[in-house]
Amino acid sequence: MMTAEKTRKTKSSAAFDVEGIRRDFPILSIRVHGKPLVYLDNAATTQKPLAVLDAIDRYYREENANVHRGVHALSELATKKYEDSRETVRAFINAASSKEIIFTRGATDSINLVAATFGRKYLKPGDEVVITGLEHHSNIVPWQLICEEKQAKLRVAPINSSGEVELAEFEELLSEKVKIAAISHISNALGTVNPIRRMIEAAHRFGIPVLIDGAQGVPHLNVDVLALDADFYAFSSHKIFGPTGLGVLYGKERLLDALPPYQGGGDMIRSVTFEKTIFNDLPYKFEAGTPHIEGAIGLGTALEYLHTFDWEAVVRHEHALIRSAADRLSEIEGVRIIGTAKEKAGVVSFVIDGIHPHDIGTILDQEGIAIRTGHHCAQPVMDRFGIPATARASFAFYNTVDEVDVLVQGIQKVKKVFGYV
Amino acid sequence: MSDLKALYQEVILDHNRNPRNYRKMENPDRFLEGYNPLCGDRYTVYIKMKGEVIEDISFQGSGCAISKASASVMGSLLKGKTRAEAEVIFDQFHRLVRGESKADAEELGKLAAFSGVSEFPARVKCAILAWHTMKNVLEDKAESVSTE
Repeated sequence: MMTAEKTRKTKSSAAFDVEGIRRDFPILSIRVHGKPLVYLDNAATTQKPLAVLDAIDRYYREENANVHRGVHALSELATKKYEDSRETVRAFINAASSKEIIFTRGATDSINLVAATFGRKYLKPGDEVVITGLEHHSNIVPWQLICEEKQAKLRVAPINSSGEVELAEFEELLSEKVKIAAISHISNALGTVNPIRRMIEAAHRFGIPVLIDGAQGVPHLNVDVLALDADFYAFSSHKIFGPTGLGVLYGKERLLDALPPYQGGGDMIRSVTFEKTIFNDLPYKFEAGTPHIEGAIGLGTALEYLHTFDWEAVVRHEHALIRSAADRLSEIEGVRIIGTAKEKAGVVSFVIDGIHPHDIGTILDQEGIAIRTGHHCAQPVMDRFGIPATARASFAFYNTVDEVDVLVQGIQKVKKVFGYV
Repeated sequence: MSDLKALYQEVILDHNRNPRNYRKMENPDRFLEGYNPLCGDRYTVYIKMKGEVIEDISFQGSGCAISKASASVMGSLLKGKTRAEAEVIFDQFHRLVRGESKADAEELGKLAAFSGVSEFPARVKCAILAWHTMKNVLEDKAESVSTE
């Protein structure tokens, strides 16, 4: 089987046909408030291509059965498709083995799984956990909870005024006391791409395993967990064109093997008596209960769909979009871009003098433009910039330069409504 | 009038730009913070009573145009009113922004500017944040208000 890694690198760089891509996503042709939908809320969730919708539909029409136990034909088919998706995910992030791919409820669940099980086994009073000032609440709160329980200390590497982690300060936090570090690949609030390879290397010098929150990473970057030497990598299906309610936790086999189970239930056991339970092997040890079967099939289909594109062209296209959006928005009087890191992907966060982001969001919505406004579940990031909220336009490969135009016109409309033009 | 113009009426834009009674009160009888964690709107409402009458009311904080204008208009309307009158106006406002009001423009007075809010369900909580905070201040409730 050809791996995603190879596919994504060897595809010919045919012209990037964004209109063709848009036809694969039925929802992109709807109208909102009488205007064509301009969907710029991809960091919250992405839209789904026809291939994914069809796969889910087909699953329930022709393939539905529970997995891993039936001897009947449908159960074998559902099991095969579920496990094929695991293999597709493995190839997509270039993991060494599909045993290292755990299906979870989402990136949040993946992080909670590691915080709870790793914390339970390894954290002791006085130990430390290191995160960064860029994290989403889902990569803060699970660590706070386990640190409190274990009387360990949560240390935070600060960010600078561009929205980049201060690497020197991050490295200074690393010591023998640190048992694990948890870092976002890309900031959901600002779009900063963290130099995670370098950060992982620095942590490994102290033998510290690193969890990468890749919720925003996988949709925008070519992720290779082996090349990164990431110990854990978490992401959500719905942010990469798959269904909601499903996530992935990648973990190195020897680390996962050593962890205690997360939840108890069916599928995660080999044998149960009232005296003793023997747990199942990886990855099933961490998949208690009937899994999100159609979710996994949908995610596998979404990743296979992505294989058909030249990834470098996708990255180039997305980069051109955020560059154009940032440049054109910052030309508008009163607009300030929040987060000006050298390496950014997917996200343009901004504020307008005298106009609250929530008002920006409401007015843009009337123009058919969907953006996110608020603190983006990253209140410490907002605090760092001394603002309560931002307006965030976030892009996917199906967005167009014309949509950036509509956004810019929308911002002019916002200023007009407020009497600033 | 388009929905947008109905929402962002001149009165609202004016009170947003130049909020009335926008100050921290020295020696208030009571004050309380209201917070909407969804959009980060955060206001403190201060009240000074003279018997049953609201002798002074002010607010401070930050938030969207709807929440700020609503807090500002609320202060202008309630200063000098009794506790009972304030509660009547609170109910009137509450029904208006939820689209349940049958009152005409004359009855509503300054509140009429908020009639467009009911068309924007996501913004109702912006409009009522300061009002709920005020109500809790009047009822002497200690807990801060959250309208998510």
